[in-house]
Amino acid sequence: MSEILLQIDGKEVKASEGMTIYEAAKSAGIFIPTLCHHEKLTPYGACRVCTVELETAGRTRLVAACVYPVERNMVVRTRSVKVGKTRKVILEELLAHAPDSEDLRRLAREYGADADRFEKEPAFCILCGLCVRYCAEIKQKYAVGFSDRGPRREIIFIPEVASKACWDCKECFELCPTSYAQAAYVLTEALAFPDRASASAPEE
Amino acid sequence: MPRIKSPAELEEFRKGILSKRDPQKPCIAVCTGTGCIALGAAEVVAALREEIKKQGLGAEVDVKVDIRETGCPGFCEQGPVIVIYPEEICYLQVKPDDAKEIIAETILAKKVIDRLLYVDPVSKEKSIRESDVPFYKNQTRLLIGNNIKLDPKSIEDYLAVGGYTALVKALAGMKPEQVLDVVKDSNIRGRGGAGFPAGKKWEFARNSPGDTKYVVVNADEGDPGAFMDRALLEGNPHAVLEGLLIGAYAIGAHEGFLYVRQEYPLAVDNVTIAIRAAEDLGLLGKNILGSGFDFSVKVHRGAGAFVCGEETALLRSLEGKPGEPVARPPYPAVKGLWNKPTNINNVETWANIPLIINKGSKFFTSIGTEKSKGTKIFSLVGKVKNTGLVEVPMGITLRDIIYKVGGGIPGEKKFKAVQTGGPSGGCIPEEYLDMSVDFDELAKVGAIMGSGGMIVMDEDTCMVDVARYFLNFLSDESCGKCTPCREGIRQMLKILTNISQGKGKEGDVELLETLAETTRDASLCALGGSAPNPVLSTIRYFKDEYDAHIKDKKCPAFVCKELISFYIDPDKCSACMICLRKCPVDAIIGGKKQIHVIDQEKCTNCGTCFEVCPSRFGAVRRLSGEPVPAPIPEEARNLAGESK
Repeated sequence: MSEILLQIDGKEVKASEGMTIYEAAKSAGIFIPTLCHHEKLTPYGACRVCTVELETAGRTRLVAACVYPVERNMVVRTRSVKVGKTRKVILEELLAHAPDSEDLRRLAREYGADADRFEKEPAFCILCGLCVRYCAEIKQKYAVGFSDRGPRREIIFIPEVASKACWDCKECFELCPTSYAQAAYVLTEALAFPDRASASAPEE
Repeated sequence: MPRIKSPAELEEFRKGILSKRDPQKPCIAVCTGTGCIALGAAEVVAALREEIKKQGLGAEVDVKVDIRETGCPGFCEQGPVIVIYPEEICYLQVKPDDAKEIIAETILAKKVIDRLLYVDPVSKEKSIRESDVPFYKNQTRLLIGNNIKLDPKSIEDYLAVGGYTALVKALAGMKPEQVLDVVKDSNIRGRGGAGFPAGKKWEFARNSPGDTKYVVVNADEGDPGAFMDRALLEGNPHAVLEGLLIGAYAIGAHEGFLYVRQEYPLAVDNVTIAIRAAEDLGLLGKNILGSGFDFSVKVHRGAGAFVCGEETALLRSLEGKPGEPVARPPYPAVKGLWNKPTNINNVETWANIPLIINKGSKFFTSIGTEKSKGTKIFSLVGKVKNTGLVEVPMGITLRDIIYKVGGGIPGEKKFKAVQTGGPSGGCIPEEYLDMSVDFDELAKVGAIMGSGGMIVMDEDTCMVDVARYFLNFLSDESCGKCTPCREGIRQMLKILTNISQGKGKEGDVELLETLAETTRDASLCALGGSAPNPVLSTIRYFKDEYDAHIKDKKCPAFVCKELISFYIDPDKCSACMICLRKCPVDAIIGGKKQIHVIDQEKCTNCGTCFEVCPSRFGAVRRLSGEPVPAPIPEEARNLAGESK
């Protein structure tokens, strides 16, 4: 692996090829906030809270630090005015859905995001996909997935799979930044198996 | 069909085809593209065949006139379109009933039928030949012009017009690097939207390490109202295949995929037939024309998601995964389909390749502007007289496209804006009509080339409603993976809907701008990156319309239903009963000799009364931003005894 030199927030950072900006920053002690990122999972680049400003060849643009690979001589700014504004809007958009999420509220305080800027549509899920990806990549159970698209996108537990795969796992509950995964699971169980107590094991 | 093993054999085969064809023999080319089929072209073909038999021209052995069912030549407004060779007589809006006369008069008596010719609405001049019709005359039809000359289901027809000569030239006479150099020198930029130089893209894929590489045709044309790629695939599928073959040779790919949307059944049929014919002839498969180059193509049908036009989403969909974009880099040229280097280009880009190889990069760069070369096909629709597909040189002005080719705005209405680049394009106002159309100039005014959608809007269009309409489309089509696109579009659409319903408030425009900026700059793919264009461009050029909606609760174009009302002027109403009868919700009170009054409670603002009120009365008025006058008292409504 060859070494790559880049600049993050004015600091010279050594990184190796194949690392993302997020990883390079972390190794240099620079914190970039994330919501959909998990070190065990394939980078996803969906929540965009890790947005940073990237300057290459005189051109400046926003990229997602969790997926963008490091390149020689790139100049990264994780704290510019533009980055702050962008993160603030993204947080406000997400807070309309999950106003009580502790993760969101903490970030909102830091970026001055107004939880009431947009009308509340509490779906409680911010579609970070941690549960979906953890279930698929780590557990390889595929018990939870996305359905529909655009603003109608949501996560769903597939009852036939979840009834067999979830009862002794539920590891995704811990990952969920809003506790919606747990709620969705309980709801699915209640709808699919109305006779069963929520915590019981499947009957053989 | 024989399998052809060398360029010489192909030329021999081509000669054989041409020797059997008499260029002087009459041939009736009928457009049977999707547009003309919808207008009854299949019936026209059937009637012509019937007449040929009846009038004694269709003897089994010596047919004296050919019928060619072709792809779309572009003039959809005037379909079904037929062109009669060798004279190239062009008849428009042909009906099955015209068949008898066409055979008797034009084919047998060699006379032109005046009433089927194109008549210029202004000069009243008639055009006999296809190339004299102003709609065609002002175009440069290097690609689409071939459509009427060949039956897309016939590889012989393609060979007869010089098809696959570029392939021979490349395989037999050029090294892959040389092919690449010609394409690079031509400076052709991708026709799918972003305008990235195709040669550079090819080079990246060629230079990427790996033995297995892929080439892909992006035929997932999703812009509402746009059908450039459909017309090319339906009308001239071999040109696309030939371009793909040449590209594969240059890049070093041996497998190709054609990703075409399911909603294009005729394109799927024609390209599938074309692939089979090319395979039978040995133009696809192993050791093509004895060159040692192997290549095969598969057709993959897309399930109808707009976002799958985005290259990374398309590739995921091709792999059988959900069609959602992934982050670039790595670019598909490095890690594409099944993680192999992949080059993906739009249909129109591939269709240009045989032309570039045949005529050389100098020919190609002689057309267009400094940084945008060649021609571009646009789908010209909306409030324009000649709707259809137009192919024009890059650098032509918007005014020439809309007025010279398109014939201007119908109904003596005023031009308001033209939207280029599909649903996420920008709306360009009148002051820029003389700008030249190329990738960079369009970007400067806040629009995009896109894949070539062009929607003309007249004075009856509300720009707030336009922005709302396109955002609504994009909201349905966003995949929902990343926050700025999913949530940004959701919030922008909400605000626009509120504004168009009279619920807009101060600060809405600024909030729209903030949301638009975040969506544009922070989204994962180009769908989100371009989605704010309709919002930003309408705010930039039509801010006064936003202000009117928000401050005065007024829709100046009388489009937003919640902001308009209809009112019958009692001084003008002649109690003719027309609007009263036509009102779909019985909201008009009145009777014979009783002045009509609209019940505002019942009225749904559909506008029917406004449309049907005879212009000599002009009694129905549209109101917006002002209160509806109180209805006149019942006792004053009687017109009996008055002479009106």
